Amino acid sequence: MTTLTGRAASARQAVLAILVPLAGLLAWHLVTSGRPYSLIPPPAEVAVQLWDLAFGGVWEDAFSATLLTHILASLVRVYGGFALAALVALPLGMLIGRVRVVRELLDPFLQILRPVPVTAWLPLSMIVFGLGPRSAFFLVFLGAFFPILLNTIFGVRNVEPRLFEAAQMLGVSRQALFWKVVLPASLPSIFTGLRLGLGFAWVVIVVGEMTGVQTGLGAIIMEARQLSRTDIVIAGMIVIGVLGFLSDRIVQLIGQHLLRWSPQHG
Amino acid sequence: MAELPILSIEEVTKNFAFQGSTVTALASADLTIRKGEFICLIGPSGCGKSTLLRMIAGFETATEGRLKMWDKPVSGPGPERGMVFQDYGLFPWLTVSQNIGFGPAARGAGKAEVAKTADRFTAMVGLDRFRDAYPHQLSGGMKQRVAIARVLANDAEVVLMDEPFGALDAMTRENLQAELLEIWAANKLTVLFVTHAIEEAILLADRIVVMSPGPGRIVSDETVPLARPRDPTSPEFNALRRRFSGMLGSHH
Repeated sequence: MTTLTGRAASARQAVLAILVPLAGLLAWHLVTSGRPYSLIPPPAEVAVQLWDLAFGGVWEDAFSATLLTHILASLVRVYGGFALAALVALPLGMLIGRVRVVRELLDPFLQILRPVPVTAWLPLSMIVFGLGPRSAFFLVFLGAFFPILLNTIFGVRNVEPRLFEAAQMLGVSRQALFWKVVLPASLPSIFTGLRLGLGFAWVVIVVGEMTGVQTGLGAIIMEARQLSRTDIVIAGMIVIGVLGFLSDRIVQLIGQHLLRWSPQHG
Repeated sequence: MAELPILSIEEVTKNFAFQGSTVTALASADLTIRKGEFICLIGPSGCGKSTLLRMIAGFETATEGRLKMWDKPVSGPGPERGMVFQDYGLFPWLTVSQNIGFGPAARGAGKAEVAKTADRFTAMVGLDRFRDAYPHQLSGGMKQRVAIARVLANDAEVVLMDEPFGALDAMTRENLQAELLEIWAANKLTVLFVTHAIEEAILLADRIVVMSPGPGRIVSDETVPLARPRDPTSPEFNALRRRFSGMLGSHH
């Protein structure tokens, strides 16, 4: 819809969406600016710091113009861990969902692992993978793994039985049912799992990068905290928020394209 | 017995295990269907009419007896016996024309042939304008047209219909009944149509098979003596309606 009403509706949406952040920014400004000993820097200072972090030229310290390096380091870990999680969780979820023996073998074990928070794995992961990026990578993998796995299992197990009958009476063999029916029918659930998994990957990356890692958005936040550079801490938080949001939007757009047929997605 | 029947059902019994005991859904049913016949199976719920249809479709196996098509035992579902479900059973991820072309594509027909077949049958059910729509964008009547078209596009010789118009409003149902009769006559189909609406059965069928529950069984099998097209307001139609109504009522 490119009609006037469509455009007016999206303008209204944009205005509503920006109202609360603006109010928050204003409150932050009013509470922090003009106080010489505020522990929390005002928004203007954070903005300057964010600029320096990205392009340099203001403070010219160890943090100046390093943002891109940190972003790239975190992106590689987020998408690498996420991709690996998807690579393992998708086929495993399909097997658990469709093959009874595999389900009976693995499901109870996975149900016990599931409630363990990803952060509780940190000490163990540091022992196994050492201090450093490999440990962060593992945590991201773990964080993305369970949402993808559980939604894949749910998707392939909840195919409407009628669709199997319909496909069979149209001449689809038993062996071909998986590709012709199960996979397309479970795509919406699988997609939800991927989206949740990527979201978790962004949450977990910061925790993973907080110990023994030199680069990454989590590392920069941790280092700035130790130097009491709260302006950098907040700048890092903002960058993570924006990147996570953009990453989710991209996935959503892909989903809307692939799942045009689904009333919940299209 | 000059001609081989397209379907023969011989002493077919179906038992289900239900909470530790055995329930007989259908007891010793016999039915012979010739090519081109339009048969309605009618009866109250629990009379085994859907069970019989699902056994012919190959979704269920008979506990006893024989089901044969062209004298060969039915073993599992197959494209020569197409089924139209009350809840449509369309593939939500495929467009109208992809749903209609699904059978030929699944059986390995070439791309061009699939497209040609899909086009032809999309046109037959009058959905050209909706060929690229997805099922969730269609009305119930349109969905059922797609369901009928995909079975015909797949060269079904026998069309099994399980209360196909039961979920539709009265006007749509009347339109689809008329269209179905046209398609049936034009394509020399054999139709087995399950319904619990007496009027629908009299309007459509060459033969009406009346079934009764507890255990499910066939209680009568008779030819409808009315010429087509049939007029539901005629005295002859009404007399038949009264008779079948009495027959069904006494078996409740």
